[in-house]
Amino acid sequence: MLEFITRLFSKDGGSKNIAKERLRLVLVHDRTSISPQLLETLKAEMIQVISNYMEIDESALEVNLDSSGNTVALVANIPVKGMKRAAGA
Amino acid sequence: MGEVIVVTSGKGGVGKTTTTANLGAGLAYLGKKVVLVDTDIGLRNLDMALGLENRIVFDIVDVTSGNCRLRQALIKDKRLDGLHLLPAAQTKDKTAVSPEQMRTLCADLKKEFEHIIIDCPAGIEQGFRNAIAGADKAIVVTTPEVSAVRDADRIIGLLEAAELRDPRLIINRIRPKMVRQGDMMSIEDIIDILAIDLVGVIPEDEMIVITTNRGEPVVLDQSSRLGQSYRNIVRRILGEDVPMMSMEEEGFFKRLRKIIGLK
Repeated sequence: MLEFITRLFSKDGGSKNIAKERLRLVLVHDRTSISPQLLETLKAEMIQVISNYMEIDESALEVNLDSSGNTVALVANIPVKGMKRAAGA
Repeated sequence: MGEVIVVTSGKGGVGKTTTTANLGAGLAYLGKKVVLVDTDIGLRNLDMALGLENRIVFDIVDVTSGNCRLRQALIKDKRLDGLHLLPAAQTKDKTAVSPEQMRTLCADLKKEFEHIIIDCPAGIEQGFRNAIAGADKAIVVTTPEVSAVRDADRIIGLLEAAELRDPRLIINRIRPKMVRQGDMMSIEDIIDILAIDLVGVIPEDEMIVITTNRGEPVVLDQSSRLGQSYRNIVRRILGEDVPMMSMEEEGFFKRLRKIIGLK
């Protein structure tokens, strides 16, 4: 009820904010599905960085875009085989 | 040596043809030698926007297939000295021309004209590929609506893939009142999403219907705010730094003061 009333009097927003959010979401999908290489490059670079700190199972690494409701998240599953010793430690 | 600008959008009906006509007329008005090229083969429209539809003899397909010389197909506007039109073919479709032929055509046009503006058809298929083939720069036109912005994003991606870097944006048909009320995306919102440089904003204005009815590009109407927004874009294309027009609509009192003669 309170939410309904605040929305009635809410000058902030109106439909354009809904439009903006919808666009942001849909463009995340559009841009990644148009270039699957994007995710592949992202994956490769992630492997590089993480490998500086730990040994990971590169073949089992999964990187995906997960959309639930009105949010999108980059979800990565990175099986760790072992930690590297810190340099200089 | 001229420069080829392609006016594209992805989405249909956002104002590519109107923009092409007005930018071309605006440049010619400033004394430049301009040719406008309609690549919407099968759905010829640029001729009507300019009021030149009765003067078409040959078209772009006649030129590229060797039926006539380029000079024979170019229509010289009688109102503006430097303005020329190369019309689209009406009875063929977009497969009648190839990107390679477009590159040759653009190279020929560059020898003669300072500014070559290509009116790109809607879509991302052959028509689009033809239109961008010979282009040096791109202008992307969008309106503040979700579908138009989404398609503009796609087009920007395709332009960058085709090495047409740094496309510039025109936001067309903006309604300041709706933006104030939060019912229309603002200039900032759109630039935020598309992340390309803005070259101009054009307000929604009924005058566009009237001027299109007459075949008289509104950019030539010195008393029109709509015309002014196009004139500003023309100057920016020529490298001038023109501040954005205030998007506030003229209130009743402002208009009254104008009628009485007060500034």
